[in-house]
Amino acid sequence: MALSDDDVRRVAELVRIGLDESEVKPLGEELSRIFSWIEALREVDVAGVAPMTSVVEMQLRERDDAVTDGDCRDQVLGNAPAADDGHFVVPRVIE
Amino acid sequence: MTGARTIVGATGEWELVIGLEVHAQAATRSKLFSGAATAFGAEPNVQVSLVDAAMPGMLPVINGAAVDQAIRTGLALGAEVNRFSVFDRKNYFYPDLPQGYQISQYRHPIVGAGELRVDLPDGRTRVVGIERLHLEQDAGKLVHDRSATDSHVDLNRAGIPLMEIVSRPDLRDWEEAGAYLRKLRALLRAIGSCDGNMEQGSLRADANVSVRRPGAPLGTRCELKNLNSVRFLMRAIEVEARRQVGIIEAGEAVRQETRLYDPQRNETRAMRSKEDAHDYRYFPDPDLLPLSLSDARIERLRDSLPELPDEIRERLIGEYGLTPYDASVLVAEPDAAGFFEAAAQGRSGKRVANWIVTNLFGALNEAERPLAESPVSAEALGQLVGLIENGTISDRIARDVFEEMFRTGSSPQAIVEARGLRQIQDADAIDAAIDAALSANPGQLEQYRAGKTKVLGWFVGQVMKATRGQANPALVNARLRQKLDPDGAG
Repeated sequence: MALSDDDVRRVAELVRIGLDESEVKPLGEELSRIFSWIEALREVDVAGVAPMTSVVEMQLRERDDAVTDGDCRDQVLGNAPAADDGHFVVPRVIE
Repeated sequence: MTGARTIVGATGEWELVIGLEVHAQAATRSKLFSGAATAFGAEPNVQVSLVDAAMPGMLPVINGAAVDQAIRTGLALGAEVNRFSVFDRKNYFYPDLPQGYQISQYRHPIVGAGELRVDLPDGRTRVVGIERLHLEQDAGKLVHDRSATDSHVDLNRAGIPLMEIVSRPDLRDWEEAGAYLRKLRALLRAIGSCDGNMEQGSLRADANVSVRRPGAPLGTRCELKNLNSVRFLMRAIEVEARRQVGIIEAGEAVRQETRLYDPQRNETRAMRSKEDAHDYRYFPDPDLLPLSLSDARIERLRDSLPELPDEIRERLIGEYGLTPYDASVLVAEPDAAGFFEAAAQGRSGKRVANWIVTNLFGALNEAERPLAESPVSAEALGQLVGLIENGTISDRIARDVFEEMFRTGSSPQAIVEARGLRQIQDADAIDAAIDAALSANPGQLEQYRAGKTKVLGWFVGQVMKATRGQANPALVNARLRQKLDPDGAG
């Protein structure tokens, strides 16, 4: 399956990657090659095979409901480009 | 019996089709995937762990209690609890979502189809289909009023466990939607899986609304986001449906979009259109294994459920002889069934229910106070009904006493004594008042004698007025009949 230039632009937009127009074609070719590998995998007959969710037989581990974390605002805000009065500050977004 | 409300436009009648997505915060101490606290009202960003802030390398570990609450809610909705469910990533960018994705459940939710029985004020009952319930993380909160150029982000809510409860499009007007939300809230509160506090955001609803000619195929729907009170939900649905009717009748087409309700202007408006907003690219979260539930766990949680609202309703009808409507109202209002049972001890349940549903709820509604803040306690209301039942006061006087109880919080006995409102049971006193009324109104007496028997009621009114409402009305009626018509059968 070959991706169109518009597909590439749209994926880039969805994942918030700024693309130079000159990058669109080469990226499209690379992505198309990845898709062709996936298509090769799809030829395997997996009818009746349950999806494998883990390489070892494991159960999802659950936590007890106790407050054991948080209360570390300085760390949480430590890397923020902008913070004010305990909040992250971002360019205005409003609906 | 009437049906659901419709909207009558310029070209005829339109039917509404409504489905609700309710986000209920699962009652837990800590978050869905981190050990940070969930309590309401903390300082900004204090109840945030490095997991909630999506720092690199942090991994989610699920809170077993949130899973339990989802299972209990599913069981209370009579729904199938899925032994196998999967957590997916719903991908989108917004500043209130530090991960860049919300962990939710898409193709394999923890709870499947169930139903909720909704009793309507006009006596109809609607059984509303529940499509599913799934677990997901809440997002953070954006604050826009601290700066003209920036938005502030508080992540205290980020990662709080939500149960998203999705109804089928079975609701047909805003009254039904309001009744559904009230009933769901009562159910969640009864089993303790959500505190149901809409002011604090523990319970929020999105409404999918479309209109069509009665019985016609579905129209294009709009989604109304984040309705945080029953009143706003109802108003938003009505105003949105009228907007859609206006558009269609003008010959245009409704655009499928997400809209916000503005309570100040009582209108809905489109959210800024985000072309890619609906391409969420769901995929299974590689950080979380599928959730497997044992039958033993589900049965243990089933046993933990208290008496459910519909069971309480049946019991109130059976044990206390309540009308189905009164019983439904009592179970739909938080804490009302318990209030009723406390007030009804040793009294006529029907009369007590009527006082609660009509008088107390009316007064609370007007004062915009919840039952929990009622100035009239269950005990005091029971005492008031007791005073009616033992003949101390009449129904009419009781209404005055109730008003004063509501205003001052005094006991009914104290009010009756202080204001001398005891009902006149003394036949001699009543006879004297009747004689006075008859001799003061010879004209009306003549009319009665001439066969205009309706005048009897007018005389009862005169006697009640003369005794300032304190005469026992049944006694007045009987004595008056006796006097006017000594040989009569009545």
